[in-house]
Amino acid sequence: MKFGVVTFPGSNCDYDAYRAVIDSLGEDAVYIWHKDHDLQNSDVIILPGGFSYGDYLRPGAIARFSPVMTEVVQHARRGGPVMAICNGFQIACEAGLLPGALLRNASLQFVSAPVNLRIENADTMFTSAYEEHEVIRVPIAHGDGRYTASEHELDTLEGAGRIVFRYVDAKGEITNSANPNGSARNIAGIVNAEGNVLGMMPHPERALDDLLGSHDGLGLFESILSRVAA
Amino acid sequence: MKTWRVSVHITPRGGILDPQGKAVEGALHSLGFETVRDVHVGRHIIIENDAANADEAKSAVKAMCERLLANPVTEDFEIQSAAEA
Repeated sequence: MKFGVVTFPGSNCDYDAYRAVIDSLGEDAVYIWHKDHDLQNSDVIILPGGFSYGDYLRPGAIARFSPVMTEVVQHARRGGPVMAICNGFQIACEAGLLPGALLRNASLQFVSAPVNLRIENADTMFTSAYEEHEVIRVPIAHGDGRYTASEHELDTLEGAGRIVFRYVDAKGEITNSANPNGSARNIAGIVNAEGNVLGMMPHPERALDDLLGSHDGLGLFESILSRVAA
Repeated sequence: MKTWRVSVHITPRGGILDPQGKAVEGALHSLGFETVRDVHVGRHIIIENDAANADEAKSAVKAMCERLLANPVTEDFEIQSAAEA
């Protein structure tokens, strides 16, 4: 199985995502330059974290018009899996692949810290390796992660089980103090209506080895592998 | 065809938490500006654009706002003026 990791000018987690696939998952990965129009037959596309175009205007606002995004959107519309992490999530929202927007953290501070995430839906192609309501520990590192959407949109996401991860405390409770950025309903990650595009602010690719604090992110990659390879 | 200088204000939509505005409001209060009731921080963009007249210049900038300059989910925009550059 081949993962294509898109590199935008200002991406800084593309190498982590690439190594995650090759070293931790043992699968094939390629870099895709944002100016290319070729996904190199990748089965899964990763839009990685970083600060594409320096976050100018709004995070993701300019990257969504990068040439490669035409093919990424086509891949998504065909049902191809897309993992949009951190800045990738912001880009996916700007591109209309996912609803809502990521705004400046309510604290106005950049937060770099491990957080607890609760698996809200273990029946997606990205979370099948986890148990429903399992709590995992994965780092976040962002200044613009406050998920925002209309109440109607939030109800739609909630009703369809499209909220995949929420920020919780160590006991798995949804609390304000466990919400690192002020996201609506403690939302940390969502999927599109078809379930093949995941957007999340936390970094599973940075939680793949106990040496780095946690290997809880591995389940995401294993879930995709078991679903796509099946 | 002339060059027009078009000015546009982009502001966070009402009802959406604007922490930057709140922080500035708090700072103004602490400086003694107690009459301040509310603050919103947005962006002011100036675009020099070639068009036959001011209306055309404005309508081009409106299209730019809808496509790129403003986020339709969270922001409102208002085109302020168009003057010959």
